Amino acid sequence: MISKLSHSSIYVLDQQSAKDFYVNKLGFTVEMEIPIGENAFWLTVSPKDQKEIEITLMPISAGGMFDSETAIKLSDLVKKGVFGFGVFECVDINATYTELVDKGVVFTKKPTKEFYGTEALFKDDSGNWFSLVQRG
Amino acid sequence: MTAQHFSKAYLYRRIVVAKIFIDNNYNKAIDVSEIANEACFSKYHFLRLFKASYGKTPYQYLTMLRIEEAKKQLGKEGAMVSSVCFDLNFESVTSFTKLFKKHNGITPTDYINQQENQKENIRKEPLSFIPNCFAENFGWTK
Repeated sequence: MISKLSHSSIYVLDQQSAKDFYVNKLGFTVEMEIPIGENAFWLTVSPKDQKEIEITLMPISAGGMFDSETAIKLSDLVKKGVFGFGVFECVDINATYTELVDKGVVFTKKPTKEFYGTEALFKDDSGNWFSLVQRG
Repeated sequence: MTAQHFSKAYLYRRIVVAKIFIDNNYNKAIDVSEIANEACFSKYHFLRLFKASYGKTPYQYLTMLRIEEAKKQLGKEGAMVSSVCFDLNFESVTSFTKLFKKHNGITPTDYINQQENQKENIRKEPLSFIPNCFAENFGWTK
């Protein structure tokens, strides 16, 4: 029986830039940072109040299951903003939105009332997009 | 933008100013009154608004930041519990130890030992900390 989700992966164009974004802008904490090759790390981050889930910031590079062509295609798709990796929640979306905008996070949708709560959409530094929701 | 919208936006901005003040000064001897002043709120009003915006009181948020930083510092080589405690403006080693254990389930001393062991194990066998499915699929095992 599956009991929980422990890791989720996000493809990023540059791991150090992504680390700066998730830690210094979104306020996440680095859980693991293990060098695994030339300029590549096993790099995971977690929201401060949810340590049991680690988000793996995956590098895109040729080798293993990606040949060069696939790595280039995947990078292009990430840059285009094709991937939406999930929904983040917050206690108060207006406070969180104000802070993140001040920190330079790019929003594609301002806080808007939906049937499930109030939602905004933002992008990370690679182009991946996320929903930010305040429930209720 | 209506006057109501403007005043709400201004209110949120002040709360965010307070939060960022805590983010930038958590290792100093700051208290709730000082933080409330920074955001031009009365103490009671500030406490209520901060909790409504972040789900934590300013003190709880400040403590969380200090404990997170304590973990980073305790993970460094040669770290000493008392130095970290006073660098981060905890009242005493006893209260720091109690708070740290409440947040992390182990004492600061045990955490130091745990981190040293983990670092040593990562040095010896880094791949044992990475799920094999990723290591194999990304060619990190070669």
